[in-house]
Amino acid sequence: MDVFDIYDKMERNNILLSFKGEITSDLLTSILQIMENKMDNMQEEPKMKKKVYNVLVECLQNLYHHLDEITEVDSEKIRSAIFTIGKMDSKYSIITGNYILNENISGLKARLDEVNSLNKEELKEYYKRVLNNGEMSLKGGGGLGMIDIARKTGEKLDYNFLEIDNKVSFFTLNIKVSNQ
Amino acid sequence: MEKYSIEGTPKTPSINFDLNGGILEVKGRSIPENSIEFYKPLVDALDKYASTAKPTTTVNVQLEYFNTSSSKCILDVFKKLEGINKGGSAVTINWHYEEDDEDMLEAGEDYQAIINVPFKMIMVNE
Repeated sequence: MDVFDIYDKMERNNILLSFKGEITSDLLTSILQIMENKMDNMQEEPKMKKKVYNVLVECLQNLYHHLDEITEVDSEKIRSAIFTIGKMDSKYSIITGNYILNENISGLKARLDEVNSLNKEELKEYYKRVLNNGEMSLKGGGGLGMIDIARKTGEKLDYNFLEIDNKVSFFTLNIKVSNQ
Repeated sequence: MEKYSIEGTPKTPSINFDLNGGILEVKGRSIPENSIEFYKPLVDALDKYASTAKPTTTVNVQLEYFNTSSSKCILDVFKKLEGINKGGSAVTINWHYEEDDEDMLEAGEDYQAIINVPFKMIMVNE
């Protein structure tokens, strides 16, 4: 493995933080703390800092809850996920990647496309509807995360599914946070 | 039970519920992975309070961050307060937000639209 190549790629893409492995609650606590310190050190303006922090919480907790679902079915490797957080010019990018069972793709894709089809006002109404009527998963997920990310960033959810084999695919989500 | 209090952590808010005074305060961050577990004792305390509620109940919510998992639990708390308000205790929810935090103001307005209890939006300086 060429470590300098990894370093160089991260440097050129202005990566602030990157992680690959199993997502645990303690890890998320640490990552959030590190990102908060970094943004303080960069003297990020409070409004931007809050937005990035909020979106980061949703993105990372999505990974956390999702990996939990897949555990019972599959191997250690599949529980692993990746995320990178970068800042280019004044825009932050949060990219996450995780395995998903092929049978769950169509449901997730439908939800993402639904969110992407709505404008700002419609998203607000949709959020309130799901908040008020939606069912809550045991862990409290409940399908609000993606709606919230779309509302807070004001951008469409940029996603991709890469088929690995007949059982699993790799799902990536590419979120941009800017001061609109 | 006259008081229900818990201290804040990096992922959960402090809660101070003075049942005799009819004052509930929730302050800090609410971003736990499992928010149902965290909010259940508060929902239970509100159930107990409902039968002996004071003539007025004041609720101060001052959150810096909250995740979507908490947002459903906060709604459950507000629904309990809606019931207490209907039951004869005049409930007011003071929703605090920082000056530059439009997202937090908007979140308060979302709840205001769903819950039939008087809300006050209170801007605080950082």
